[in-house]
Amino acid sequence: MTPQSGFMIVAAVRDGQLKDLRDLLASMNNLPGHADPDNELIPFGKFERVHFARFVIIEARTAQEIREFGVTPRPWRPALAFLGDIDGDMQTFLLELIERAEPGLKKIFSHCEGFSEENQDLLGWMNANNINAGANYVNWIGRTVRQIHEEAALHRSLSIYLPKIADDVGRENVRALRQKLLSYVEMEKYKGRLTLTPPEPTPPEWKMRNLLHMIGIPLILLLLSPLLLVIALIFALRLRMLERSDPELFIRPSREHLAELTVQEDQDVSNQYSVFGDVKPGPVRLLTFKFILLLTDYVARHIYNHGFLARIKTIHFARWVFMDNNHRIFFASNYDGSHESYMDDFINKVGWGLNLTFTNGVGYPTTRWIVKEGANREHAFKYTQRRHQIPTEVWYKAYPGLTAVDLARNSRIRQGVEIRQSNDAEIREWLSLI
Amino acid sequence: MKESSDFEFDDLQGLLRFGYGKLTDTSFMLLNIVNADLAKKWLETAPVSNAVAQDPPPETALQIAFSVEGLRTLGLEESVVEGFSDEFIVGMAGDESRSRRLGDVGSNGPPQWKWGGNAVQVPHVLLLLYATRGRINAWQKTIEGEYFSGAFQLLQELPTLHIGDIEPFGFPDSVSQPTVDWMQRQSTDTHERDRYSNLLAPGEIVLGYRNEYGQYTARPLIDSRKDKLATMLPGAEDDPSLKDFGRNGTYLVLRQLSQDVPGFWQFLDQVADHIPEKREQLAAAMVGRELDGTPLVPAHIPGISRKEYENDFTYDPDPKGNYCPLGAHVRRSNPRTGDLPTSACGPLDRLIKILGFGQRPDEDLIASSRFHRLLRRGRTYGPVLAPKDAIKPDAPVAERGIQFICLVGNISRQFEFVQNAWTMNSKFDGVQDEKDPMLGNREPLMSGESTDHFNSPDPSGPMRTICHLPQFVTTLGGGYFFMPGLRALKYISALPANRTGSPS
Repeated sequence: MTPQSGFMIVAAVRDGQLKDLRDLLASMNNLPGHADPDNELIPFGKFERVHFARFVIIEARTAQEIREFGVTPRPWRPALAFLGDIDGDMQTFLLELIERAEPGLKKIFSHCEGFSEENQDLLGWMNANNINAGANYVNWIGRTVRQIHEEAALHRSLSIYLPKIADDVGRENVRALRQKLLSYVEMEKYKGRLTLTPPEPTPPEWKMRNLLHMIGIPLILLLLSPLLLVIALIFALRLRMLERSDPELFIRPSREHLAELTVQEDQDVSNQYSVFGDVKPGPVRLLTFKFILLLTDYVARHIYNHGFLARIKTIHFARWVFMDNNHRIFFASNYDGSHESYMDDFINKVGWGLNLTFTNGVGYPTTRWIVKEGANREHAFKYTQRRHQIPTEVWYKAYPGLTAVDLARNSRIRQGVEIRQSNDAEIREWLSLI
Repeated sequence: MKESSDFEFDDLQGLLRFGYGKLTDTSFMLLNIVNADLAKKWLETAPVSNAVAQDPPPETALQIAFSVEGLRTLGLEESVVEGFSDEFIVGMAGDESRSRRLGDVGSNGPPQWKWGGNAVQVPHVLLLLYATRGRINAWQKTIEGEYFSGAFQLLQELPTLHIGDIEPFGFPDSVSQPTVDWMQRQSTDTHERDRYSNLLAPGEIVLGYRNEYGQYTARPLIDSRKDKLATMLPGAEDDPSLKDFGRNGTYLVLRQLSQDVPGFWQFLDQVADHIPEKREQLAAAMVGRELDGTPLVPAHIPGISRKEYENDFTYDPDPKGNYCPLGAHVRRSNPRTGDLPTSACGPLDRLIKILGFGQRPDEDLIASSRFHRLLRRGRTYGPVLAPKDAIKPDAPVAERGIQFICLVGNISRQFEFVQNAWTMNSKFDGVQDEKDPMLGNREPLMSGESTDHFNSPDPSGPMRTICHLPQFVTTLGGGYFFMPGLRALKYISALPANRTGSPS
């Protein structure tokens, strides 16, 4: 099994270079905000390991909101962020990136502070500017881009073949149907039209670290539990006081801002989402935020790693990243469906989870005991999440047209090819997927 | 406990409560305002029907709604206009991103529309006239009165024709409607709404009341200390210091949908090898109801005939779509889902469900229905054509279709969501390569994946797939309107003259 990882290279944009950089990034697109997979700067389509990638210019559009808390906004210089979700580890990927796209990367990064296009150690610079996520979510840990493409091809091929033979063999004759399909797959594989690469062995080092993480975090929490319990009580009361006193911001996003965002959306079945905002002032909020993200990262890694995040089955990858010395938070996700349905899903299915994390962000609607209300204040929530959203200059998805539900189904179809079902009901179920 | 007569029905336009089904003759007029003063004078005395039940029922009715440009032309302050939702202000065809979301691309695209397709073509006013058979012309004359011709320019009278309680393809129309819970007896708390209910909070349909989130939808509120005229408006429930211009009003979504009746039936006839029973079965699978309106899900309570199930059912007994295909038109338009995938028994079970455990991979893919309901008030147009005649090669060609109207409190969460996430979504509930078999455009995805299939799951195993569905329904026009409460209408007609004539 090949585990996934992420990278996020961030650097401030040089003064006066913002427009040039925007134009350069736009030249990578073939639709507003959507990368041409064969673009000259970074031909994403040639990378076998990239699931999603994006360039975002992180601007603090909502920086003034923190004034409501009596805090002067910290200065923020627009920063370029290049982030992506990949198969395998980051180091080997960065090397591959340099190998295939060094000139393009240099051209882009030359708009950034501390980068000179000539004699720059690109790898060193990217490593130095990489920020690790506070929490990471991967829809299905271990499912590689290659696997996704192979399984999609398998499904396509079977969905063309099955209707051709169904009536001749007889729809009720499920065992014969399966036999025909399996022989067909073998033949296609033999002809080189289908490939089903077996999974790579899991890197032992990753396995070890994962196991340590899985046991370690609960163990540490358990050891600290007497202390944590006492603190938790004080924290809960303090948080409740903050919830009651924090200003509620009810600011409608401008139509210009919305138009800038929506022009990039619904070009295909999936969309991207980037938000940026301030963490509420004070150590209580920050510690709560950090603790919740630690838990989020833990459950994402060890529990919600096979197709669903609580009741949500439409998120491919997501990450929460602290920036600006923990004063700001960046969130990025890749999801299926339109923005409105993503948000309604959030409110109705996992509003509590959203409240837990983002209640610590400036502008988030008032929560009660950090899980209640919040997102359920529909307008306030929808306004704030749009207001804090920032456009994504370039977005790449390696498998357009496929949703996370599609990917899971294709894997089940493949499984049926490799592991024989034991009874007719299971065969029928398998056939119905095709 | 409050009685339903306590509701301010005298301030609501009647369409919010009645379909005016007995008033079979209609005239839907798209107007531009040419003289705002005269328009307001006309409006002052216009006999707009309210929602108070009458006995005997009225023989005529008049309803009125405005586009944002209409309100501006009549002199509504920009600060008030800004209280409306963005969808209403920008308009149905005012933004390409919206058109893309609504599936108004290709042959459905606003550039091809007969009306409303661009900013200049958006009508100011929509008048809906209803009358009993044969009385519509007289009613029109009565309505127009002395100021009408000087005030308005008729852009178009939308065609309508009563063909019985069916839509042009031949199926019963508007069977499933939400029941507005006028007295707000049903809790909106998610703990009490596991399962589907047809009762709907009034705020989902009428502005100024609590919606299904228990919240008030944003709408124009006016400070009557700054605007004396506003004292005539009702107060805002959620902010007593302000007057509520939106209260008892609603957004009216209008779309002219052309239906290719011969195209539909001839395609099915060909797929069904010209066997009438098979043809009707296929049509029923696509619609999700039989020609007489019977739903396709099995009667699951012994002793009750399927006839009574016209609206009293959910898709819970049919999660895989073996009886009613997942992509069937009525299943897409209202999947009848509750807040949880299945009812929770006990707090632990609820917790497990909320955390998403114990689900099949293809379960719980649809949002809860109650946040996405539409109150439909459409009317058909074009001559009736029975299926048996439609399949003939010489079937009479004519413009047929529906003037689709729905009333909602939140255009984007209700109408646009249903249109985008359910009807036009080629991934709805995990389906493959298909959009709404009736309403869908057939545009392929960016990846080239086709969307012109229709799949019927089959319990015996492989799905039954029909490929290359032609497009049966085409959008010919549309717009977002605001249908004010009666006091808000009075406010509009009393707007001072000096504000007029300077839109935006």
